Amino acid sequence: MTKVRTSYNRRSFLKSVAVTGGGLVLGFNWLSGCRPAETKMATGPVLPDNWYEINAYLKIGENGTVTIRTPNPEFGQNVKTSMPMIVAEELDADWENVISEQAPFNADKYGFQFTGGSLGIRTRWEGLRTAGAAARHMLREAAAQTWSVPLAEVTTAAGILYHKSSDRSASYGEMAELAGSFPVPKEVELKAVKDFTIIGNSKKNVDARKIVSGEPLYAMDRYEEGQLVAMVVHPPSFGQRFGSIRNLEDVKAMPGIREVFSIKTYKDDFQKGFFDTNAFPELVAIVGASTWEVMNAKKAILVDWQPLEAYTETVGGLFGGANTSRNVPAGMESTEDHRARMNEAAGRSGRVVRKDGDPQAAFASAERVIERSYSAPFLAHNCMEPINCLARVEGDKVWIAGPMQAPGLIEPTIAARMDIPVENIEIEMLRMGGGFGRRGYSHYLLEAALIAQRVKTPVKLIYTREDDMTNGVYRPAYQATYRAALDGAGNLLAFHVKAGGIPESPLYANRFPAGAIDNYLAEDWTLDSNITIGAFRAPRSNFMAGAEQSFLDELAEAMGKDPISFRLELLQRAATDPVGDKNDYDPARYAGVLKLVREKAGWDQKKPDVHRGVSAYFCHHSYAAHVLELTVEDDKPTVQKVTCAIDCGIVVNPDAAVNMAEGGIVDGVGNALFGEMTFTDGVPDKNNFHQYRMIRMGEAPRKIEVHFVKSDIDPTGLGEPPFPPVFGAIANALYKASGKRKYKQPFLGGQDLLG
Amino acid sequence: MSKYNLSINGATRSVDVDATTPLLWVLRDHLRLIGTKYGCGMAQCGACTVHLDGVAMRSCVLPVSQVGEQSVTTIEGLSENNDHPLQEAWLEHDVPQCGYCQAGQIMNAAALLSDTPNPTDEDIDAMMAGNICRCGTYTRIKAAIKTAATKS
Ligand code: FES
Ligand code: FES
Repeated sequence: MTKVRTSYNRRSFLKSVAVTGGGLVLGFNWLSGCRPAETKMATGPVLPDNWYEINAYLKIGENGTVTIRTPNPEFGQNVKTSMPMIVAEELDADWENVISEQAPFNADKYGFQFTGGSLGIRTRWEGLRTAGAAARHMLREAAAQTWSVPLAEVTTAAGILYHKSSDRSASYGEMAELAGSFPVPKEVELKAVKDFTIIGNSKKNVDARKIVSGEPLYAMDRYEEGQLVAMVVHPPSFGQRFGSIRNLEDVKAMPGIREVFSIKTYKDDFQKGFFDTNAFPELVAIVGASTWEVMNAKKAILVDWQPLEAYTETVGGLFGGANTSRNVPAGMESTEDHRARMNEAAGRSGRVVRKDGDPQAAFASAERVIERSYSAPFLAHNCMEPINCLARVEGDKVWIAGPMQAPGLIEPTIAARMDIPVENIEIEMLRMGGGFGRRGYSHYLLEAALIAQRVKTPVKLIYTREDDMTNGVYRPAYQATYRAALDGAGNLLAFHVKAGGIPESPLYANRFPAGAIDNYLAEDWTLDSNITIGAFRAPRSNFMAGAEQSFLDELAEAMGKDPISFRLELLQRAATDPVGDKNDYDPARYAGVLKLVREKAGWDQKKPDVHRGVSAYFCHHSYAAHVLELTVEDDKPTVQKVTCAIDCGIVVNPDAAVNMAEGGIVDGVGNALFGEMTFTDGVPDKNNFHQYRMIRMGEAPRKIEVHFVKSDIDPTGLGEPPFPPVFGAIANALYKASGKRKYKQPFLGGQDLLG
Repeated sequence: MSKYNLSINGATRSVDVDATTPLLWVLRDHLRLIGTKYGCGMAQCGACTVHLDGVAMRSCVLPVSQVGEQSVTTIEGLSENNDHPLQEAWLEHDVPQCGYCQAGQIMNAAALLSDTPNPTDEDIDAMMAGNICRCGTYTRIKAAIKTAATKS
């Protein structure tokens, strides 16, 4: 058992609860402004007559039903199930009696409510456990007082309190009212990992029943009283800005159309935050009675666009870091020019980020130098639910409900633009139809609010698929050049990586194989662009893993080594005699997933009927390795099986974790083979799924097997880590199949065939 | 604007809309049957799949004027108590991630199973090719379809 304090991060997260918690709370009045979606488990806990607030994370009914609130927004990673599991574990609740609901957006109570960076479970782990444990402690105190027995003699199991020696018991419900009146304990005991009964035992997705029944869960599904539909028109091309509407009156006269006007998302002097990425801050808004009528008006509107002037902007740093400055050039960019500029930049020396030993001398003395370049295109997130958002503005009060990964990041932007204090903004986080990073950039919340303010009625802003795909915030285009120096005996003397991108560098200089090679050089470069970029599942790693793991595969082959043994040798060096002290990975855990995947995939047995590729990567504090097997028939590759090993510490909800890893692997195969956004004169060349190829059922791996390293380490990330190494595993398998190395993503470049 | 009497999930529903309005938006905006989703608007993703006389159709490209007497089934009307073997199998395999595509997947799979009660992997690949799942739940969807096939 571990003891933890109930306050952390300088803020007592349970203390703020005492204001609203404690004592009797009837019905849902505490949450009435927010009406969060209640979710019953499949078997359906019975709703009580009264709820007793214990703390911000949970309330208990007189009948023993427990409601647990998930602080972070849900975008498919299943936190709405796994986070309540963590609370329920320490509460010692009966999972069958638990109702899960999305907590309201409230930074005072819940801290940073954010989904991204594979941070959810990792950052909430201790807080959620403490919330459950504190509640359990208060229930035990209530029982001890009621029964006049020592606290230490009151035990719990599955929602029941016991005093064994006097043979008394009571449900949590019976003690909830009294428990809620006690102060939050200063210190609580947490369970030992070996005593977990809920964590580590798969629980079904709490919203699955609603999902398969078509019940309203998403912002897209909400209809407010008197709501109008709004759509926006953004410039067709990056490098353009709004000029004027040519046929304003004609469009206004179209059936169902109420208003047509332009909106400006920022005031001129606004200092943007890191997540205020927005290529098109001035937009045309069309508001009408129904979606179809507004879509028709959108097709009919004629807008004159102006060329964008170059500018430099200062934006706030990432999570409170130093401000950064961005140069946004004028002009309409094309992928062809991008490629030429990237090749040119890759040919120059970059900014040295890390240097160990004397790489220059080592390369000069090498018998053989292997140099390879890798590239990847811009990618669109293409969340299945297009961008949308509801808003209502009454006087100086703003209400917003939508899909978003981080309401706290856009709230100050809304406040600044609308000249209101943040207290006047109420934001409801609704279930997202996917996120993948895109919904961390929630300019659309502000757009919806500005439109609602102007039309003085609730609006639902809907982006068409075309708007969503052509709005920007893409995964950047990247390029990396790797060089290795070998001596006459085939020993690795030096390693050099130079990576860059438009407009950001993907380099992680302190990741493997840094630390395993005496002479090591890492450089990077960037090129400015007016095409906007943003986080996309495992930012930067999603490119570097594929490039690095392809290069290591080629290097192992050149050195006559098995690719797994070669990596393990390097990791052994990093473990026993690391070069430098900044290496940000744990070589033992890294080697652990490689060994596990080698065993589970039967790597050491010959499999002449399939072509295999291996890859491993560390990111978001977790380790993942894949062995991918494919066959080729008539030049068409089919991924038969992916065996995956992951070390992410304790796994909270194993089957859901497997689902997430499977999704990451399918996503990786799809983007490696097909994912690509290109531009011609600033215009995205693809605007819907007839042009933007997404992986489909028949292209997904036939079989995916996921294995977790058994671990007692606190959970680390899972949503992202299985994704990046897929790119390397499939590149290496395609090489085995075709005899040709894959250097340029997407590997099938719009074709079905290997070529 | 024209008046249409539509047979939806066994009931007659009247709407007064432009003849070109896709069935998808009639269902969502006018009848508040929101289980049918918008994903692309051009028959490329399958999120909007409904049944028209039992046949899977993309409602985003089907003008309301062409529905006529045909009976429309949406996810809300697929089964009496949301207990179609596919819905049950989806729960058993815990298929959804974000869930946005899943109503369309289930509707498409239901049409597949009524034509081909015991589909092979290839049948499933071919029939489900029009339904995108951005979250990548394809292996679970396939497993759930097979489970449902053994139970229906
Ligand atoms: S919305 Fe109809 S197929 Fe995509
Ligand atoms: S579950 Fe998210 S798109 Fe399919």
